[in-house]
Amino acid sequence: MSLIQLIIIVIQATILLTLMLVCAAYMVLAERKIAAWIQNRVGPNRVGPWGLFQSFADVIKLNLKEDIVPAAADYKFHALAPVIAIGVAITVYAIIPFSGPLVEIDGIQYGLSMAPNMNIGILAMLAMTSVGVYGIALAGWSSNNKYSLMGGLRSAAQMISYELSMGLAIIGVVLIAGSLNLIEIIQAQTSGIWYIFLQPAGFILFFITALAETNRAPFDLPEAEPELVGGYHTEYSGMKFGLLYLAEYANILASSAIMAALYLGGWDAIPFLDDSTILGLAPNSIPLVLLGHVVFLTKAFALVFVFIWVRWSLPRFRYDQLMNLGWKVLLPISLINVVLTGLGVLFFQ
Amino acid sequence: MANITSNTESQRLTFWERIYLPEIAKGLGLTFKQMFKPSFTRQYPEERWIPEGSYRGRPVLVLEEDGERCVACGLCSRVCPALAIEVRAAETEQDKERYPEKFEINMLRCIYCGFCEEVCPEEAIVMSKDYELVFSSQQDGIFGKDKLLVPVAQLQERLEFLRQWR
Repeated sequence: MSLIQLIIIVIQATILLTLMLVCAAYMVLAERKIAAWIQNRVGPNRVGPWGLFQSFADVIKLNLKEDIVPAAADYKFHALAPVIAIGVAITVYAIIPFSGPLVEIDGIQYGLSMAPNMNIGILAMLAMTSVGVYGIALAGWSSNNKYSLMGGLRSAAQMISYELSMGLAIIGVVLIAGSLNLIEIIQAQTSGIWYIFLQPAGFILFFITALAETNRAPFDLPEAEPELVGGYHTEYSGMKFGLLYLAEYANILASSAIMAALYLGGWDAIPFLDDSTILGLAPNSIPLVLLGHVVFLTKAFALVFVFIWVRWSLPRFRYDQLMNLGWKVLLPISLINVVLTGLGVLFFQ
Repeated sequence: MANITSNTESQRLTFWERIYLPEIAKGLGLTFKQMFKPSFTRQYPEERWIPEGSYRGRPVLVLEEDGERCVACGLCSRVCPALAIEVRAAETEQDKERYPEKFEINMLRCIYCGFCEEVCPEEAIVMSKDYELVFSSQQDGIFGKDKLLVPVAQLQERLEFLRQWR
């Protein structure tokens, strides 16, 4: 790896991470606004026009708060847990290709992404999200509080059960595209049809498991307020709580972006047709790539909206219902999906 | 409890309801429609609610041109279930002969029941429309005559309401 390459990647990472963390902060505002609209309220509107600076006010407040560590807590692990949670959440961004290749320096193509051509691509995402459980389980355990521990345990059990179906849902896409590399998966969709039309069951499975993986309602059992006070982050305050909270939203954005890449054609604006011929732009020309970037973000944020929308529509699952759904419904469906996809690939490709 | 074998959830639901997804889509449609309905929110500090005459806000003493109506009989203090009112009487040269030298309502104790108003023979203590009661210490919560006396003109609506139902 040359020095220039390293510098470029560091710059890319800085820009993308800053943007993504700001996005995550604004998702909190979006969540509150959408919740308010659904409940016929107004939502935050005091800080800045239309409440736009609410997120900054929240972050400043969290930074100024006292950082309380319970006397019975294991200080080292209590401090480590939010770091793991946010670290893992940001690492997932490394593999997301936010745009196609923009410039070429020394024979290497660079776009708005950190490590897009990683050949294990989607596998890295799965690996990182499984590490993400440690953050939550550790937060629950090190707090030395029964509610936190219950939240952490629930989260661990939930993530393990749903990761299986998520992995199997992704296998369908990987079988069709013949690659784990996200850029190759998207390029296979830009010339052909989007995988949501080939893998509708896979998309729904992935969406449901993504809801469970990011601990969102209706699968927000790890932080079920009425039963577990605050769940795994009951004993957190100040910016440590802020980091756990931010990690949650960063995860939502990451899974939305991955869903957009895997099933909704990534930066492909028009389904079924070749964008470059319709718009009269050369493939991989800069306007087309920038348009693709905007399209990709639009898709990702539309999915974020659906995440929020689902949260304010559906009630929480009971614990046994959650396990029944995971093991008795989603797992068989995803296995059947893999078999059918395999047969389809065998006979039609 | 006997084992329930009939009318279970799986029997009551149709096939499409048991699949969940169509029902979830219906629910999402409902919440999506709600998003475009006007909100019920009142932007409080800018937009204030003005109550009707029947509203029981903070109790006040009626002030007329020649002084307060109160004759310091102490009935309000006697009837107050929260023991919030303290009255000390003194004599005056006027026709009614008595006036309250000291009249204090502890607003931290007041429960806005309106018994003082009901029992008052002179219509001298009435419930106002004031519902914005904020104080920063327990001492500030005790309202003396300076805060309690309100000109009769401002209380017309409540007095009319009282006469209507008395």
